[in-house]
Amino acid sequence: MNPFTLLARLVDEAPRRALVLLAVLVAVLLVAPVALDRYLLSVFFLIFWFATVGQAWNVMMGLCGQLSLGHALYVGLGGYVGAVLWVKFGISPAIAIVPAVLVAMAFGAAIGWLGFRFGIEGVYFALLTIAFAEVTRIGFDNWSYVGGAAGFFIPVTAGGGSAINLRGGPLLFYYVALALMVAAFVICAALRRSRLGHAWLAVREDPEAARALGINVFRAKMAAVIVSSAMTAVAGVVYAFYQSNLFPSQSFDIARSIEMILAPIIGGLGTLFGPILGAFILTPLGQTLIALVEKIAGRAIPGVNLVFYGAALMVMIWFAPNGIWPWLKKKLGIPEERS
Amino acid sequence: MTTLLDVRGATKRFRGLTAVDNVSLSVSEGEIFAVIGPNGAGKTTLFNLIAGVMKPDAGSITFDGAPSAGVPPHELCRRGLARTFQIVRPFPELTVMENATIGAMMRAADMDAARAHAGEVLRRLDLWDRRDARAKSLTLPDRKRLECARALATEPRLLLLDEVMAGLRPTEVDRIVAILKDINREGVTILLIEHVMRATMALAGRIHVLHHGATIAEGTPDEVTRHPKVLESYLGAEAL
Ligand SMILES: Nc1ncnc2c1ncn2[C@@H]1O[C@H](COP(=O)(O)OP(=O)(O)O)[C@@H](O)[C@H]1O
Ligand SMILES: [Mg+2]
Repeated sequence: MNPFTLLARLVDEAPRRALVLLAVLVAVLLVAPVALDRYLLSVFFLIFWFATVGQAWNVMMGLCGQLSLGHALYVGLGGYVGAVLWVKFGISPAIAIVPAVLVAMAFGAAIGWLGFRFGIEGVYFALLTIAFAEVTRIGFDNWSYVGGAAGFFIPVTAGGGSAINLRGGPLLFYYVALALMVAAFVICAALRRSRLGHAWLAVREDPEAARALGINVFRAKMAAVIVSSAMTAVAGVVYAFYQSNLFPSQSFDIARSIEMILAPIIGGLGTLFGPILGAFILTPLGQTLIALVEKIAGRAIPGVNLVFYGAALMVMIWFAPNGIWPWLKKKLGIPEERS
Repeated sequence: MTTLLDVRGATKRFRGLTAVDNVSLSVSEGEIFAVIGPNGAGKTTLFNLIAGVMKPDAGSITFDGAPSAGVPPHELCRRGLARTFQIVRPFPELTVMENATIGAMMRAADMDAARAHAGEVLRRLDLWDRRDARAKSLTLPDRKRLECARALATEPRLLLLDEVMAGLRPTEVDRIVAILKDINREGVTILLIEHVMRATMALAGRIHVLHHGATIAEGTPDEVTRHPKVLESYLGAEAL
């Protein structure tokens, strides 16, 4: 099926009200930069970025039921591959995205193979994903070619203001991240109704029953981790160029892994709108809190937004245990998505 | 008649317990074959061996002319063997339609074809009206029929049914019996485990009786119900 007929069908089958909502949202976001200053542009960048990686993580957890607590690994790998190829070899990130994705997929496949082949499940699989991220962090800490623990920097001047090389201001990154968020949404919507998507859902719900219906559970899980790591790596490349610096202690940190998964959890696991909604709620609140604390305390207190996210998570579990999107959907009278 | 399933001397032990003890049986293409026996007789374990969930410790299993012991369940499903679970395992958060579609997609050319086929199967099992309900919201009789629908959607040549009528009211049992007869007439071979004797007698051409994992009798319903060992160890106790 070509992308256009696919898109037409998605539009055809989606609930009307959700579509209207979506069209309005995208239209507003396309023109919004005229009214946004640099700071707000960067906040929106973060919203779009977290919506994107949340969508990617949701493929594994929300659709296939495999908990990864090490997704920062793919962000970091994508970022380092993109940054190193650009700085050391002058290869544009537009091209470097391919090796970046391949490297992340290889790591994802290795983790998946170890976990799924040897029946490491649930919490133990999550520990395995943390362990991989940690070991990779230690590796990068000691790899002097990429700057080691002192970090790796992308010169702001290199190539000047060139969009294709991801060198530019907040406006450029605003639109790049918006495009990523929309692409991630469309990809996940297509996957959700595909054969593979249904296999994932079956595996999430009951692997034993899935197997009895002809689904190769190992293959389905492998596909989930590979797709998820690939999508995350793309976002990782963009994030590295946005920040212009990479430190192993941040890139592969579990705090980042946790931060990445909050939006889909709060928005609604396994839903298409959940990661987006979650990012739109959490990121601005977190950023506001950071700014407030900085004003009051006179200096930045790292991790203050994480404390807030923890509190938000507790409130949510109390009021809307399945996430905000399923709750909101009911309020708006949007019917269940058909498969 | 050609043999579709052949079990030779299958044995499965769990630590000290021999759950299936040197069982041999042979199911021909097109028949309805029943395995009965009291609770703990090893019926479900025998099913698990046939469906590839477990590998027998001894003996051989042949499905459709090819050795099948130790072949994984998804591969056997592809070869045309579908099974239901005694304790039903619907995909709880998915709709009835999605449940059936997942069964249908293995043989379907695309998802539209899978959905169309799933729809047919749901109509046949009187679940069409419930197609948009989540599986977890179904009543037990509906869940049992969904279990059958999902297995049937894979278009099997051999359908293994593990106590699909247990816990149902007589009218519902009659409904399933009629559906199964229909399915069988269309060429699907059925191997069923049942406790509900009324249904077994109405359906099965041949019955295989297990007790403590071992075979004690095999024959037509008439032969089996008159078999002294069966009367003593099973039917006597349960008062047919
Ligand atoms: N996975 C297992 N591990 C250990 N023992 C088992 C297992 N499955 C079944 N058994 C035992 O094997 C015997 C046969 O069980 P089962 O095949 O379920 O009998 P039935 O289906 O005829 O009621 C029982 O004693 C049961 O406790
Ligand atoms: Mg049983």
